[in-house]
Amino acid sequence: MTTLQLKNIVKRYKSQTVLDDLSLEVADGERLVLFGPSGSGKTVLLRLIAGVIDPDEGRVLIGGEDMTAVDAEHRGVGMAFQNFALFPHMSASDNIASALTSRKSSKEAIAGGVQKVAKLLKIDHVLSHHPKALSNGQKQRTALARALVGSPPLLLLDDPLRNVDAKLRFEMRLELPRLLAAQGATVIYVTQDYKEAMALGDRIAVMAEGRIRQIGTPAEIYNSPADIEIARLFGDPTINLLDVVPQRGPDGAFVELSGVRVRLPGFGAEIVGKECVLGLRPETIAFTEASTLGAVPVTVEAETPLNEKTVTLALTARGREILVSRPAGTPGPTAGPAHIAVNGRAAFLFDRASGQRIRPSEVTSKRNGEAA
Amino acid sequence: METMSPLERILRGIALTLVVIFFMFPIVWIFLMSFQTNETILRIPPSVIFTPTLDNYAALITGKLTTAAGTLDIAFMRNLGNSVFLSVASVALALVLGVPAAYAFARHKFRGSEDIAFTLLSFRFAPPLLVLLPLTQYFQWLGLSNTYFGLIWVYQLICLPLILWIVRGYFEDISADVEYAYRIAGHSWFSTFRKIALPLAGPGIAAAGLLAFIFAWNNFVFALVLASADKQPVTVGALAFVTASGIQYGQIAAAIVLSITPTLALALYAQRYLVEGLSLGAVKG
Repeated sequence: MTTLQLKNIVKRYKSQTVLDDLSLEVADGERLVLFGPSGSGKTVLLRLIAGVIDPDEGRVLIGGEDMTAVDAEHRGVGMAFQNFALFPHMSASDNIASALTSRKSSKEAIAGGVQKVAKLLKIDHVLSHHPKALSNGQKQRTALARALVGSPPLLLLDDPLRNVDAKLRFEMRLELPRLLAAQGATVIYVTQDYKEAMALGDRIAVMAEGRIRQIGTPAEIYNSPADIEIARLFGDPTINLLDVVPQRGPDGAFVELSGVRVRLPGFGAEIVGKECVLGLRPETIAFTEASTLGAVPVTVEAETPLNEKTVTLALTARGREILVSRPAGTPGPTAGPAHIAVNGRAAFLFDRASGQRIRPSEVTSKRNGEAA
Repeated sequence: METMSPLERILRGIALTLVVIFFMFPIVWIFLMSFQTNETILRIPPSVIFTPTLDNYAALITGKLTTAAGTLDIAFMRNLGNSVFLSVASVALALVLGVPAAYAFARHKFRGSEDIAFTLLSFRFAPPLLVLLPLTQYFQWLGLSNTYFGLIWVYQLICLPLILWIVRGYFEDISADVEYAYRIAGHSWFSTFRKIALPLAGPGIAAAGLLAFIFAWNNFVFALVLASADKQPVTVGALAFVTASGIQYGQIAAAIVLSITPTLALALYAQRYLVEGLSLGAVKG
């Protein structure tokens, strides 16, 4: 276990800035997920921590020690690569052992260490195989074993489940937290899959264009996204985003959907007349009776039953698409006109120009409305 | 392979046969010539029926060439030895210098690295005759003319660019992640070069070395101008068979057979490396 601090990291390739003044702190034993679309700088950041790429500016501190100028082989981190990066000319066992041989431990100790981690990852029966003869799942486990075998205090995992099939990914997603907890290491985990991020992270750092946009627990990221892009990236089905211009009503601000007023509790005059985007998570919308107060009339277009939920595509009076998600097996309309209840309290409001979230004024008034 | 109609198969067979005959005939003919005397070779019409003789080989090996005008000393076996020594030493030196350089060019983009690499390649564009005259002068001033050292140095013009550029391509094909993984596992960059980069580029290095060897072996003009008889390779040494009393076709043929044998043997041996290619099956995407 160890801590990691990144201070004002800048990395440029030619004229392009890949990491832009990025700072980050990871606590001892924490599992931090770096989440972001491809090209957001996650992999570069990970390599920079590992020491195979040098930053142009800024410092990397591992366990409080400045490691910026220290070579990769002396940083004592473990890393698993997205493309596995196994040594094709070595057997699986030699691949795993490579992380031990450099420390000149005895032959027996090396063989013992390899056996132990191979048993843990259930690849002890293929240790003599070369990478070519391994299945994708076995390759992935071998790569993981190589990263784990030296019990490094800091473990860097670069999207290790990216190149394995869906079934295996699901299995590993369940297995990894236990494995990583047993390891007791501080973990930086890179992924593009929001479910993986939510399942594995103590905290999630959302990256975009070389910066960290938001950092927080999975619940914070999901329930309180900092901007439109983060709201869009987390959640399946994707959040409903509707262009709206809030108006002033007798009891606070409201927006109109299909001509029906939807109240936005907590929002005041500051958003009235402003070009905004309303974000509605599909699971916060429910079908309801026409007689319910504030029921919004819609037309049901299509229904997609997924395993654990049913997703319905509905159109508002102005033809705007709204996705509604409900647990599978619960009743709902399959076609034709229907009504939905929109919970204004669970809705997000974003500034259309900047994409930034506008928080309810009860909260923001204390901060002088900085979010607006 | 896809299934082919009988007609296609026949046409394909004919085409292949033609190609094989075109390329193999001169070699077969030379091989036959090497077992004949000048008289049977120059017979008209030529015939493949003759009494084979080993006189040509005997003359080459003993170094005594008997012609109508008398006995002539030839240094063919010495030439052959020179060829082997010059080619092996040149390729060895070019590998020692070129492989690390190729690695540097492949992995580290430094200021001017492309220019240096291209300059080295451009040595292969220039016809040797262009540099031969100044080179001869320099070599005389430096006392390098007619030394093995000087020849091996000049042979680097042939071998080094070839090895550098071929091996560089193989190094570039190795995923950088594989090397990073070894570094992160706690190994120095040098041990990464030795244990990861070198073995993975092995087939490429073998192929480049073989090509360089063939080019060095076949070199004629540098050795002709920069070395005298006792340091010359077979390519130049074969000139000795053009004697005052005529051209010794039988001996030339035997000399050719002997001089292509090492390269041929090497090529056959190295074939599996050439075909093997890089096995980067462990890296996806």
